Amino acid sequence: MSDLESFRKETAAWLEANCPPEMRQPVVDESDICWGGKNPTFKPGQKEWMDKMAAKGWTVPDWPKEYGGGGLSRAETKILLQEMGRLKMRSPLSSFGIWMLGPALLHFGTEEQKLHFLPPIARGEVRWCQGYSEPGSGSDLASLQTSAEDKGDHYLINGQKIWTSYADKADWIFCLTRTDKSTKHKGISFMLFDMTTKGVETKPIVLISGQSAFCETFFADVEVPKTYGDGVSSVVGEVNRGWDVAKYLLGHERSMISGDGSSGATSLGSKFADQYGRDEMGRLDDPMLRAQMAEMDIDVLAFRAMAERFGDTFKANLCHPAQPNMMKYAGTEINKRRHELIMSAGGSEVLEWESDASNGGLTARGWLRTKANSIEGGTSEVMLNVVSKQILQLPNA
Amino acid sequence: MPLYLNDDQKMLQDSAADFMKGEGSVAHLREFRDKNCKDGFSHALWKQFAEMGFTGILVSEDEGGLGLGNVEAGVVLEEIGRNLTPSPFLTTAVAGVEALNAGGKALREKYFPGILSGDSVLALAIDEGAKHRPDQISMAATREGNGFKLDGKKQFVVQGGSADTLIVAARTSGSAGDEKGLTLFAVDTSANGLSRDSVRLVDSAMAAHVEFDGVVVDADAVIGEVDEGGAVLQRMLNAGRTGAAAETLGVGAGAMDITVEYIKGRKQFDTIIGTFQALQHRAAHLYSEMEIARAAVLKAQQMLDEGSSKAELMVSVAKAKSSKATSLSVKEGVQMHGGVGMTDEYDIGLYMKRDRALAEFMGDANYHTNLVAEMHGY
Repeated sequence: MSDLESFRKETAAWLEANCPPEMRQPVVDESDICWGGKNPTFKPGQKEWMDKMAAKGWTVPDWPKEYGGGGLSRAETKILLQEMGRLKMRSPLSSFGIWMLGPALLHFGTEEQKLHFLPPIARGEVRWCQGYSEPGSGSDLASLQTSAEDKGDHYLINGQKIWTSYADKADWIFCLTRTDKSTKHKGISFMLFDMTTKGVETKPIVLISGQSAFCETFFADVEVPKTYGDGVSSVVGEVNRGWDVAKYLLGHERSMISGDGSSGATSLGSKFADQYGRDEMGRLDDPMLRAQMAEMDIDVLAFRAMAERFGDTFKANLCHPAQPNMMKYAGTEINKRRHELIMSAGGSEVLEWESDASNGGLTARGWLRTKANSIEGGTSEVMLNVVSKQILQLPNA
Repeated sequence: MPLYLNDDQKMLQDSAADFMKGEGSVAHLREFRDKNCKDGFSHALWKQFAEMGFTGILVSEDEGGLGLGNVEAGVVLEEIGRNLTPSPFLTTAVAGVEALNAGGKALREKYFPGILSGDSVLALAIDEGAKHRPDQISMAATREGNGFKLDGKKQFVVQGGSADTLIVAARTSGSAGDEKGLTLFAVDTSANGLSRDSVRLVDSAMAAHVEFDGVVVDADAVIGEVDEGGAVLQRMLNAGRTGAAAETLGVGAGAMDITVEYIKGRKQFDTIIGTFQALQHRAAHLYSEMEIARAAVLKAQQMLDEGSSKAELMVSVAKAKSSKATSLSVKEGVQMHGGVGMTDEYDIGLYMKRDRALAEFMGDANYHTNLVAEMHGY
């Protein structure tokens, strides 16, 4: 047996033995996702699963062991994820620390920063949020105004962020601030600070889905120390060069938002055929809906192949640097279309906003939520601009 | 296996790209079209395909070929598509060879030498109506003496007029719609009772209507088992459909490239039209669709080569998705070229025509979309 084969066997056996039964149920809503943090809310099985996986470094399997990761190779990581998928296990921990800050720190952070910040992310002890967008800046992110004045041993932060996802539940923030007002991209710094610092306030924003994952975040004379002891700087990368970090992180964010357009397993069509009814041939009993479902299946399977190809070429440094923009565009557009179809298949029943039958309007709220996909993290139009300029090399006006 | 070409496959891609561009360019297609060539392709070029080793890609090394897979066949097909190279590669060296690979040693020994040397051309006699409906095949093959007697008609037999051998799907029992009872035969086109009527297609390729009027074949013409031809047919269709998807991808990529080049140079209102956001966004959307189609095609090729049980689903996804993306590419191409896109002088129209012909070959996007629904059980 090859090393990888025995790794697969051992991994499957360990997962089977250690994953609580509650963590083998499909994710239904937000509360089924485990985010960790200092003041966490855990549902049954969530903490046990997170702790067991964290002990093996498998909440971040491909991070180095010294930073709380599993130190797994690419092939081993893939096997772990495949086995978790095969056994229908939930992710033990979701967090912006894992998806966004972690990769940025691994790339730009000092050794001290990595040792200080990464292990608590891996163990789910600190929940992070992202302070990027500001009112009025939209996709022109670099026009941000939140200022950070150098006051010797600390920075003084004043300004406002918007669309800060889960800011009200986060412990720390990675925040873009303006440290030089005389220039645009080269006057931005990437800072890390505690959300309980005096002067930080958050306010949830109610969305068309009736929910509020997003917040407005206000900074009034917030004092951010330059270091957190032992040479752990609060600024990642150089002062005034935070845009490089931000851009790198946006690449990760864009590929994450792009998802695989399907949130997992089975085809929409087979699911709805059971619900909707079948004709005497066993076909979904609405030929137009059946055709649309099948077209969606094709687009989802093709996009899933694209996501795999993107992942493979990204890791091997073979993809164009603007490829994440293409993935973000394509993935979010397909996800929106998919939810339109789900609404259409559900008919009047999924219009119920607050009933038990509709599980609190879950389907409708999910549909409304997807409308943000092609806006957040850079609009589809901005993605297309980048692709046409950087990949197709079309000229500027 | 990572979802990109490895170094060996990239080397093959380089040599296939150079070869098609040099020997099988669009100018070559125009030349054979304009002289109203009865075959629609050059036999000399087909010999060169053989010298390059391309005709043996799917033939095992033991039998004198390269022993490679659908990924490599696809690499060659994509370059064929990009250059609109007229050739019997898809019918002969991909679908035809895969059918024979499912047959006995004697059949392979009989046919592979001619294929490997570029002397032989194979064509596929499957369709009996205007649309691809292999489950509705009704052509009869009745037992006679030591062999079978074939009666019936086939159409859309691409390269059928120049082929020396036809792979014929017929019924040895049951009737249209039955799962069992199909048998595949390798039939010499010089057989008594076989007549062919070649017609030029919209893309300048030649396809035949073939009539079988009591054509007698020996029992050793059977590929695989009598009544069990469904499996052989499926293997041939898998390779042919995936190959057609790869060629389609090349057509779409070629059309996109010339269109993007065109809008970078063309001026209107004193401005390069490629600076207009209306065109930039459509071009970027097209690029995105082509990339997704490319991933789907490569995934299908790899799954076939790995013998995955889910390969057939991905084959249909690849055929449908490449067809849709390339259809978008050629339509946007003609539109963005404006008036000159309608002229014979510009190549973009030729890409549009090849795409249409390839879309129908072995099932269009609707056919495969329906198959995907069926495979998913709805």
